[in-house]
Amino acid sequence: MTDRKPLYLMSPALAWLTAFMVVPCLLILALAFFRRGIYGGIEYTFTLENIALVFDPLYAGVFLKSAGIAGLSALIAVIVGYASAYAIAAAPARRQPVLLFFAVLPFWSNYLVRTYAWIVLLNREGLIASMAHWLGYDGELPKLLYTESAVVVGLVYNYLPFVILACYAPLSRLNPEIAEASRDLGGSGWTTFRRVTLPMTFPGVATGFVFVFVLSIGNFVTPALLGGGQFQMIGNLVYAQFLTANDWPFGAALSMFLIAIMMGLLTLQTFATERASGTRPEAT
Amino acid sequence: MNRKNAIRRTMLGAGLACCASALMAGELVVSNWDGYMAPDAIDSFNATSGHAAELVLHGTNEEIMGKLIASKGKGYDVVFVSSPFAEVLHNLGLAEDLDHAKIPNISNLYAQATELEHDPGNAFSVPYAWGTTGLCYRSDLVSDTPDSWMDLLTPSEDLSGKTTMLATDRWLLAAGQLAKGYSVNETDPDKLAEVRDLLIDAKGTLLAYDDTTFYAKLVSGEAELVHAWDGWCNYGIAENADIKYVIPEEGSDLWVDTMVILKSSENKDAAYEFVNFILDPANHGWAAENILYKVPNETAMSGLSEDFIAQFPNMGIGPDELLGYEQLRDVGEAQRDYSRTVSEIKAAN
Repeated sequence: MTDRKPLYLMSPALAWLTAFMVVPCLLILALAFFRRGIYGGIEYTFTLENIALVFDPLYAGVFLKSAGIAGLSALIAVIVGYASAYAIAAAPARRQPVLLFFAVLPFWSNYLVRTYAWIVLLNREGLIASMAHWLGYDGELPKLLYTESAVVVGLVYNYLPFVILACYAPLSRLNPEIAEASRDLGGSGWTTFRRVTLPMTFPGVATGFVFVFVLSIGNFVTPALLGGGQFQMIGNLVYAQFLTANDWPFGAALSMFLIAIMMGLLTLQTFATERASGTRPEAT
Repeated sequence: MNRKNAIRRTMLGAGLACCASALMAGELVVSNWDGYMAPDAIDSFNATSGHAAELVLHGTNEEIMGKLIASKGKGYDVVFVSSPFAEVLHNLGLAEDLDHAKIPNISNLYAQATELEHDPGNAFSVPYAWGTTGLCYRSDLVSDTPDSWMDLLTPSEDLSGKTTMLATDRWLLAAGQLAKGYSVNETDPDKLAEVRDLLIDAKGTLLAYDDTTFYAKLVSGEAELVHAWDGWCNYGIAENADIKYVIPEEGSDLWVDTMVILKSSENKDAAYEFVNFILDPANHGWAAENILYKVPNETAMSGLSEDFIAQFPNMGIGPDELLGYEQLRDVGEAQRDYSRTVSEIKAAN
């Protein structure tokens, strides 16, 4: 007999996920193949119209635009986050928990509050503008809030702690003797980083990037608040189909594609991580 | 087999128990926007009528419509929705045909409020509040007094980046439709395309789309001219007397928020009593004085003081003028084109 204990222990979580995650997702998937009634609601006749509509240049464009914004946010977050994680991992061991604590501190407050804080900072009568005027700047500042950059800033800020944590884990586990060996063999600091440190911590980078990308591409709060509703991302489009256009089948089709993109990326990331960890020398 | 049945029965029982408790929680379920009636309205209704009404909130018309269509109206007794949505509820057969004998206070309404295009004779909806959509601006900051939709859509250079527009589909499009001299219910695709192009150009000059905090942006000076419902402009006026409201020369829409009793209601008498309670001049007048929206209740409106109207001039727009504007109507199948047009505007760079 095989040991059944893992199965029993996992079953509550599995049941929970099946009932409240898998089943609703399947329902949404099914919705995508029905017609929208004149007044919203669902007409139960089979159609592929909604799927075709996702590829309409208008909506495909929104997908691409969202991917662009999410990609840029993820890239910036990874660069900034990796540097911070590197600095934390290089700090004296007893200070590291404190530094990590500060890195994740923003998570203790509500996402909306954190996003609103940016509005307070960036708006034309806001803190940054007041500071500039106080310092003697008379002219009109360029528009900071309700721009695409504001959306990117908001996304990077909100998801940065994920990247720091994801990169810190492999960085802190890195055996310093390996870097020493590289230097002993004549590798410069940059070569050591590029050829040794970075490849060995790549799983963290990949995890951080994919996390920020996936969370950003489906985000609808940040574009609505910091973009002033002027930058429609795919999340806003899905939101609009469910809550304003009352076109649930099309909203379902859009979310299915979004989920497919996310799952594809997460799978890639898993592979990348496994490959990277496969090449990593076993710690002894 | 037996065990399976037992499990099924237990699950059914549990399911029923949870749903039954949800249904029993309030004898009468009223759904309204947050803050759209007196905070103690439900309590005082319950105290005077002996019913157990419960208030639930919806953020938008579309949100409550989604729920009502999905449940065929079950779970709700009275809902507050804007008139085009009341029409949809009627067309879907979800709205109760009203028995006016059970709403004696309906006689307090202006005669004009019983002739509304979407429901002449108040067959299925009772108007709760009404008004116009126009321009709300900082008279101390704008150099020219705005008087046209084009002042918002093609702002002068010094106003550029200091305007906001409503993002809700119908009102966003209405600004363009009115500017072009079209009906606010126009469905001709070519004309919608013209409206779309005008609104895409306008988007480049906006500070933001804003349905909820535009008056705060005026107060802070972040925005100087905003697309606004008259009632919400009043929130700005209350904080800064330099804020003014104007109906552009091309006109406005007449928006009407209504009360609808659901056909599926199992407490119709209580629902009628509730509607009647709201139409009581004291209760309806409270909304006018505190929510700063015009109510179509003649008795309540005649109780407003001159000072109040002087402070909030748009509260003095009379029913004859209001009826001169076109109401937003349900556009049926064309709603899809409207949604797409709005998506095109929002997705444009």
